[in-house]
Amino acid sequence: MEKMEEIEGSIADLRTTFRSRKTTSVAWRKNQLRGLIELVQDNEQKIAKALYQDLGKHPAEVYRDEIGIVKKSANHALSCVEKWMAPKKNRLPLLYFPASAQVLSEPLGVVLIFASWNFPISLALDPLIGAIAAGNTVLLKPSDLAPECAAFLQETIPLYLDCNAIKVINGGADVGEKLLQQKWDKIFFTGSTRVGRLVMTAAAKHLTPVTLELGGKCPAVVDTLFSLSDIKVMAKRIVGGKWAACNGQICIGVDYVLVEKKFASTLVDSLKRTIKKFFGESPKDSNSLSRIVNKNHFDRLSKLFKEPRVAASIVHGGSSNEENLFIEPTILLDPPLDSEIMTEEIFGPLLPIITLNNIQESIEFVNSRPKPLVIYAFTKDETFKREILSETSSGSVVFNDTVVQYAADVLPFGGVGQSGLGRYHGKYSFDNFSHEKPVMQRSFFLEMEPRYPPWNDFKINFFRFAYRFDYFNLLLLLLGLKK
Amino acid sequence: MGSEQVTKNKEVFNAAAASAVVNELRGSFSAGKTRSYEWRVAQLKSMFKMLDEHEPAIVAALRDDISKPELEASLYEVGMLKGSIRLALKELKRWMAPEKAKTEITTFPSSAEIVSEPLGVVLIISAWNYPFLLSLDPVVGAIAAGNALILKPSEIAPASSSLLAKLVGQYMDSSSIRVVEGAVAETSALLEQKWDKIFYTGNGRVARIVMAAAAKHLTPVVLELGGKSPVVVDSGINLQVATRRIIMGKWGCNNGQACISPDYIVTTKDYASKLVDSLKCELENFFGKKPMESKDLSRIVNSNHFARLSNMLDDDKVAGKIVHGGERDKSNLRIAPTILLDVPQDSLIMSEEIFGPLLPILTVSIELLYSSALFFFNDLLFLRNAFSVKMYEADKPYEIHLRQAPSVLLHQLFFRLNTRNIINFPCICGTISDKVDKIEDSFDIINSGTKPLAAYIFTNNKKLREQFVTMVSAGGVVVNDTTLHLAVSSLPFGGVQESGMGSYHGKFSFDAFSHKKAVLYRSFAGDAALRYPPYTQGKLRLMKALMSGSIIGIIRALLGFPKA
Repeated sequence: MEKMEEIEGSIADLRTTFRSRKTTSVAWRKNQLRGLIELVQDNEQKIAKALYQDLGKHPAEVYRDEIGIVKKSANHALSCVEKWMAPKKNRLPLLYFPASAQVLSEPLGVVLIFASWNFPISLALDPLIGAIAAGNTVLLKPSDLAPECAAFLQETIPLYLDCNAIKVINGGADVGEKLLQQKWDKIFFTGSTRVGRLVMTAAAKHLTPVTLELGGKCPAVVDTLFSLSDIKVMAKRIVGGKWAACNGQICIGVDYVLVEKKFASTLVDSLKRTIKKFFGESPKDSNSLSRIVNKNHFDRLSKLFKEPRVAASIVHGGSSNEENLFIEPTILLDPPLDSEIMTEEIFGPLLPIITLNNIQESIEFVNSRPKPLVIYAFTKDETFKREILSETSSGSVVFNDTVVQYAADVLPFGGVGQSGLGRYHGKYSFDNFSHEKPVMQRSFFLEMEPRYPPWNDFKINFFRFAYRFDYFNLLLLLLGLKK
Repeated sequence: MGSEQVTKNKEVFNAAAASAVVNELRGSFSAGKTRSYEWRVAQLKSMFKMLDEHEPAIVAALRDDISKPELEASLYEVGMLKGSIRLALKELKRWMAPEKAKTEITTFPSSAEIVSEPLGVVLIISAWNYPFLLSLDPVVGAIAAGNALILKPSEIAPASSSLLAKLVGQYMDSSSIRVVEGAVAETSALLEQKWDKIFYTGNGRVARIVMAAAAKHLTPVVLELGGKSPVVVDSGINLQVATRRIIMGKWGCNNGQACISPDYIVTTKDYASKLVDSLKCELENFFGKKPMESKDLSRIVNSNHFARLSNMLDDDKVAGKIVHGGERDKSNLRIAPTILLDVPQDSLIMSEEIFGPLLPILTVSIELLYSSALFFFNDLLFLRNAFSVKMYEADKPYEIHLRQAPSVLLHQLFFRLNTRNIINFPCICGTISDKVDKIEDSFDIINSGTKPLAAYIFTNNKKLREQFVTMVSAGGVVVNDTTLHLAVSSLPFGGVQESGMGSYHGKFSFDAFSHKKAVLYRSFAGDAALRYPPYTQGKLRLMKALMSGSIIGIIRALLGFPKA
């Protein structure tokens, strides 16, 4: 009950702030963005510590995936926000002369951002950058599964950002539910498909637009490669995209690999070698691997790979330690397709490799499953690239690399179908939190008489030509030369 | 074909039948049929031909359904559609082309593009007031984007609905484009299916049902709704031109039964009588002395809506407020263009979207117009500085000091218009005795209430215009005209909050039915070891330098200098 009052109070504050129109000014937006940059800059150590406690993340990973990303996004927004805010002039057909048209981006109002636990800093602050750049007031709800980071955000954000316009609330599912009962002008959610549905259902009550950043089983299609150096690079990028980003607990991580039978053993060997190179002989002692977030997820993952039929397919790794919530990088060759590991999103350090007779079959394989957030494809075959592009559907497609697309401000980031709805990053974040309002300005002179009733054939003809922008015939008609 | 039976035998169209149709369409979509440029163009051309060859039948159907004047039918429906198709045909290649995106140092070397791909099988549910335009205009977008689709026209315009079903069956590729006729039961059966997009035109109540149904399958939606679209009329303008443009937007658009029609007018107290006179005069010019008999006015769509509108006029609170029109003919479902002056805020007519030929005019004192007329369609007047408002209730003035007023009182003063929780308070005719130089600067106006689909203003005052444009939140804003923005294909058309979500028209229609797929091309060359574990301090430093874009930092880190 107390929490509900707190929520309602926060929303009322945020709405008052929004109404004061303070958040719409360029200066406010820029100040907040600068504040955000300072926040991550000043607190690098604290952030690294919190992430170590929550997920056992190495500082390098923290910098690459959290601090660095946030700084880069915020800097990008800072340098572009004025340009983004500028009204877009539109050309109007001569017919409307004299008139002008433009599209203004206006803030939506009070927005709610749900962050997730796997990248608790960047997935909270990255959408926040968009919301601020667009001039909204924000309530941020970090994930309770990364408690240290959540506490850090709640403590630190008010020190650096306008606390009347940007608030943080912490709590579990009950708080989430209470938040969803309120009326928002936008809800931005990062998390699971199941909760995504709940969020959208709740949003429907108030006709609130939503952005859902979900996940899915992202495949890596690996075409047979011949050059040794290509194979090495491919293996590094797959191992990097699987285990070197929160140990597979990432929505755009490689979920499974599709490969031709004849190339499978080469692939497995090179993956094994790379794992050894990255994480040493004894990966459980490596400080470069994140741990599993909590006992629930540990159990979920254990169940996935300890199912007997699946366990039989393990070709590398397979050890785990419940006490440290550690699961070794594990490769499985051809686990049964109806097993849970191949029907559910894995979200952890297990990598099934599915062999196909021909790599072309991968297209059908991917298409027979829900649309993933991203498809990775390692190939040098341009025709195959084109086929993948035109015949499959996914949030995005990356050729010959993994995960790097997240850092590209110029590309929209988001899913399609089961993998989500709406997109963000860079200018797309700004648009995501804006309403594009068309404005048309006319003057009082030059009236087109045929616009008005009573109707007659002359006016009907006038409109016919007008809609076709057929100025020549219009002129003839007006001069009485055309019937 | 099995599916044709399905659409013919309406009574058997249940969830199973719906699922069968959707599966069939999904089959065509998966086969890749709808993706080709050729298919899209052929379908669009075929639709154009359909409109060309059957314009008289369309005009007749619209006459049957709502007595729509021929000109309105052939221009606002057929003409606009043809314009949309022409534009799509002309631009389609360009729309479909991948958009190049610049890449950055973090992903170097690479190239990137954004590819538009069709979403899949989409559902379009349309409305009765412009049964052809609102059905086929989204269809143009869906086809242009390469989707398979089902169209559900409104059962409230039955002649149009059945004509659409017939014509679309004849002219379009029935393996990918279908019409399902029906009412609530059929719509519910359709909504149970999994779609890749739902495009709904209609009201907020049904929109909520649509969105909740969509949530089950995480289906994105476009909702084209309505709202009370205001017109602000400033004094000192070319009144005749303004009046004619208002009449065109109101009665000349399906007799007010259009989502972007002006819903009410806000003007100054002094100017109101001039405006009313001018409206009367121009109404007579347009529709004659006997508007009930005019062929240039649509009728009310059905007896339900007639009763709804009658209720608004019969409301005790608006008794004696009618200054023009008011005639009703129940048997012919006709209501004359009606103007009401100074209606109270808590009357029925001011609490719901009117969607008919009634036009209330609210008056404010000149000061209020300049400063706060805008709050009539916003929620609450927010005052940062102290000043008082002099209110007149039943001609007795009283003053409220706003700084002292608790927020509750403020709410009571400036209640929302568009929701049903209207607080009993008479029309605000007050003056603000301000203690600051410029009223415009002294307070802020808020957008938190329900936002209309369109907002119009007639003024020559640049300042007021600017204020209106920036401060009023609405789907679209037009200065010195009404409804015209709908016809501009380069402007996105759509609402915000209660007036809808998502937009369409022109390229925006194509985008509404496309997924923008980000594609990043990398080569195997240029692999940087610093991305990968085992992580070291050196890698961390280089990463920091790279991401901050500092060249010196990068060199330092590469040379292994410790942190500067």
